[in-house]
Amino acid sequence: MNSLNTYLFMALLLFCIGLLGLLKRRSLIGMLISVELMLNAAGLNFMAFNRFLAPDPAVGQVMVLFIMGIAAAEAAIALSLILALFRKIRSVNVEQARQLKG
Amino acid sequence: MTPVMWEYVRPEAVAWAAFIFLVGITFAGALIAVLPRNIIYNVFGLATCILGVAGLFIFLGSEFLAMMEILIYIGAISVAIVFAIMLSQPLHLTIPPTWRPKLYLSFAVSAAVFVSFSIIVVRTPWEEALLRSDDWTVLRLGRLLLTRYELLFELISLTLLVAIIGAIITAAALGSGRGKEVK
Repeated sequence: MNSLNTYLFMALLLFCIGLLGLLKRRSLIGMLISVELMLNAAGLNFMAFNRFLAPDPAVGQVMVLFIMGIAAAEAAIALSLILALFRKIRSVNVEQARQLKG
Repeated sequence: MTPVMWEYVRPEAVAWAAFIFLVGITFAGALIAVLPRNIIYNVFGLATCILGVAGLFIFLGSEFLAMMEILIYIGAISVAIVFAIMLSQPLHLTIPPTWRPKLYLSFAVSAAVFVSFSIIVVRTPWEEALLRSDDWTVLRLGRLLLTRYELLFELISLTLLVAIIGAIITAAALGSGRGKEVK
């Protein structure tokens, strides 16, 4: 409970679950959910280093806040793009989005 | 419980039980967010996983970030994803079965990433900083956000504003018939 490696391995496992989802899913919304998991793993890693190693505990918290802001912006953009794509091709499956393939 | 019984409950045991519970809901939520094919289950899995991570943030010493995590991820992002599911109705579409080699390859790639990164984690000698402050207050966080990190703070705010305006324009104008429809 109180060692750096526990938290690092938990963040790593969370990241790998997100990576698995990103590679496996074909629904764009499912891929967005996986990306959120990976961003959370990054935040957990920042907080672990912040708690156990860093000289100033406020800096890591500021970084995690910035990660959350970026994640919110990314989710807003991605969801609106998914909606626009759905209206064009009537699907949220990435394998259906191949107009540029020619 | 009676007050006499409370004396037999050790605080460390309670902390361990809470920690194991949080780890459990984090990974159960993460697996539910990734594995089921019904997209609604994925969103609820994501929310469960975020709750677990917020609890872990409390264990790591920051109640403020735990609250922010719940507020932003569950209050904003999960709700936005539910709205996107509602508007794009992926539940009514037929899904072709996954190409099997892609499934095996994705499992293999994430397992390989896990193994290689865990080797890095184990073999790196992590060294604690020589001088460590223990100022975990929100006051210091706010001071830093408005002094040393002010430019970054403003940049993030601007990014968020531009992203939301862009999202509204993309979702409202591109899809509603003003863009060219594909036959």
